[in-house]
Amino acid sequence: MSLNIIVLAKQVPDTRNVGKDAMKADGTINRAALPAIFNPEDLNALEQALRLKDANPGSTVTILTMGLPRASQVIREAMYRGADGGVVLTDRVLGGADTLATSYSLAQAVKKFGKYDIILGGRQAIDGDTAQVGPQIAEKLGIPQVTYAEEILDLKDGHVTVKRRLENGVETVKAPLPCVVTVNGSAAPCRPRNAQRVMKYKYAASPSEKNTQAPEIRQLSESRPYLNIQEWSAAFVEADPEQIGLPGSPTKVKAIENVVFTAKENLCLSGKNDAQIEDLVKELIANHTIG
Amino acid sequence: MANFYTDNPDLKHHLTHPMMQKIVELKERNFTDAQKFDYAPINFEDAMDNYDKVLEIVGDLCGNTIAENAEGVDHEGPKVENGRVTYASGTQENLEACRKAGLMGMSMPRRLGGLNFPITPYIMAADIVSRADTGFENLWGLQDCAETLYEFGNEEQKQKYIPRVCAGETMSMDLTEPDAGSDLQAVMLKATKKEDGTWVLNGVKRFITNGDSDIHLVLARSEEGTTDGRGLSMFIYDKRNGGVNVRRIENKMGIKGSPTCELTYKNAPAELCGDTRMGLIKYVMALMNGARLGIAAQSVGVSEIAYREALQYARERKQFGKAIIEFPAVSEMLSVMKAKLDASRSLLYETARYVDLYKVLEDIAKERPLTPEERKECKQYKKLADALTPMAKGLSSEYCNQNAYDCIQIHGGSGFMKDYACERVYRDARITSIYEGTTQLQVVAAIRHVTTGTYMTLIDGYDATEVKAELQPLKEKLQAMTAKYKAAVESVTSVNNQEYTDFMARRLVEMAGNIVMGYLLLLDAQRNESFERTAGVYNKMADAEVAKHADFIAAFKPEQLSLYKV
Repeated sequence: MSLNIIVLAKQVPDTRNVGKDAMKADGTINRAALPAIFNPEDLNALEQALRLKDANPGSTVTILTMGLPRASQVIREAMYRGADGGVVLTDRVLGGADTLATSYSLAQAVKKFGKYDIILGGRQAIDGDTAQVGPQIAEKLGIPQVTYAEEILDLKDGHVTVKRRLENGVETVKAPLPCVVTVNGSAAPCRPRNAQRVMKYKYAASPSEKNTQAPEIRQLSESRPYLNIQEWSAAFVEADPEQIGLPGSPTKVKAIENVVFTAKENLCLSGKNDAQIEDLVKELIANHTIG
Repeated sequence: MANFYTDNPDLKHHLTHPMMQKIVELKERNFTDAQKFDYAPINFEDAMDNYDKVLEIVGDLCGNTIAENAEGVDHEGPKVENGRVTYASGTQENLEACRKAGLMGMSMPRRLGGLNFPITPYIMAADIVSRADTGFENLWGLQDCAETLYEFGNEEQKQKYIPRVCAGETMSMDLTEPDAGSDLQAVMLKATKKEDGTWVLNGVKRFITNGDSDIHLVLARSEEGTTDGRGLSMFIYDKRNGGVNVRRIENKMGIKGSPTCELTYKNAPAELCGDTRMGLIKYVMALMNGARLGIAAQSVGVSEIAYREALQYARERKQFGKAIIEFPAVSEMLSVMKAKLDASRSLLYETARYVDLYKVLEDIAKERPLTPEERKECKQYKKLADALTPMAKGLSSEYCNQNAYDCIQIHGGSGFMKDYACERVYRDARITSIYEGTTQLQVVAAIRHVTTGTYMTLIDGYDATEVKAELQPLKEKLQAMTAKYKAAVESVTSVNNQEYTDFMARRLVEMAGNIVMGYLLLLDAQRNESFERTAGVYNKMADAEVAKHADFIAAFKPEQLSLYKV
């Protein structure tokens, strides 16, 4: 059975090596100060997608990413590892989107693909750590979702069986297709770039990148259609201007502060009578741990 | 995310050597493959960019997977059970990563599933892999055997085996036997031709690296009643057919991840590769030359890791209130280590380029007759490759041992403990000057190029290159060393006594090596300022080495040979 697999991937600033200038004064990320990388858990999702492709010959893996035009880098990276192609959803009006507007925009893009069997993505992106986009896309598309996936165990008869990694153990669930599966970082790491694929796909470019290519390279993409990375605009995916970008984003950053972790004095409460428990709860409410 | 290619700009310097243009254009036959293969380059720049990008994959795997696994592999090692070898878990992971990344059969033509890389970038990958895990370089580097299969196998054999190598099956070269080590003419493994014309092998092989590989090249005695090299032929044994078992694996000092096997052949079916009687004389000689270049690359990788480990420790370790790198005794050691590393690497890639040039011309000769000019070039390049290969293998393996020794020295007492990588590096280094021909045997192969003047021709060629004014003093020094070398060669050959020449051979080969590497670093510095420092350090060291040997030879009387009879 051949499958149409969509992998949601995001180009993110590498927050694993954060310097002092990582945040701007307005509370947004200073992307210029951090190298742009393939969101790590999206690579785990890509590996699951490629395994499905290996097991189901004739399947295609298409990357969908939203971001600046340079986000086509993640599509090339995915192609080096086994993906067939991809789409960058890029438009000025999409900028400043929170998870609600992002998932709406991506869901609109997914609808443009027409037929698809399964959508995979990382659990969350390391720049926002919300883990909301995948589930929200499933909701907007009206299809099931499986989160915290560690391994796709089986896919047949219109169903997918997934092992989920939860806090206290693992759970195996079965969901009808199409569905959204978000993959944990504990899943198998993504396979490396493949030498032949790197040589084959290194000139893959989006229309905006093609302008900077040498003429003989641009010519290549005429006879090799797989070198064309598509760019879709908000209008192309028929997105409602009110639901995208800043206007579509109810989330507003109120303030940002630097948190310095300091070792605090411990408070030890012993005993088990109600009065002592009440003291503890009061203490927790007072310091905003609960409530 | 470590990357052992991009963190080392010296590699790119060698990759972008001006001679690469000619190599690539010949190798790619004017880029005609681009019509047939979607991953073939369209021009020289495209090809160079391919090498760069693929080496980046190698650097990534080495930095993040293979180097990370090295310690575990060293501890765990391979196992043998029921005649079959199981690699250490880290080794299995490394091999799988290399397969998935498509890094097997790199130099094989595209029509057989390879990447059609010249030897030079392939050898660079070997250099990088060895830095990550010296023992793993053996397993990965045995893809080299495909080169011999490609050169001497028939079309059917190429079609049958080479795509399997490119897909990730491993190889081995089954040469050594209990009584045939350095002296391969004594090989006894028996090849018998059956009535139906097929061959079977019977006997024992020993010290076979990766002896449980998928595809073996085997040296065996096909001519009953013969006792010398002319009775030996080369065979292909396919593990799928069965008949060869691993009796035991050696417990070694180093490169512990690489299984060294004793093999028993019981009526093992095999295919003859090439013609009978040419096994040792022609095919194994070619195989060994390729393997020697591989060991030279492995040695350079060892020098690299030894230097890096030492440098890092010297920067971090504080004594008497400062980092030990601040002490002249330590910084001199580090400077000399780097000079030896750079010198052996320059020699490695110089050798690889000549190997590339003659091999590609020989390959073209299978498609069309070479022009007289090309034939002459091919012969010249082959001679230079033959001269430089034993020099590179011999001297770079000695240098990497010296660097591994100094690496431990810089670590002091901590280096003697099992806590740092340097002790593994030291153990891994030790084999490089032994296998694929000891340094003493490399000298035997190299000395004729001293006496016939091949090295002198090379040196004259380097000397004819103009260098900038600030490098002129180094060049003059090299000219003075060359004069001493010439005088020493003259003095030794004029005695006209083979035993005396053999006695002095290593000294003469080392002198030639010092001068060749001195010039290569000079030319590196001419092309890239970052080499100026090591060109200077190596020049000083080479000057002292050449003088030492020259003095020894000048003061030696042939009759004093008797002093050395034990």
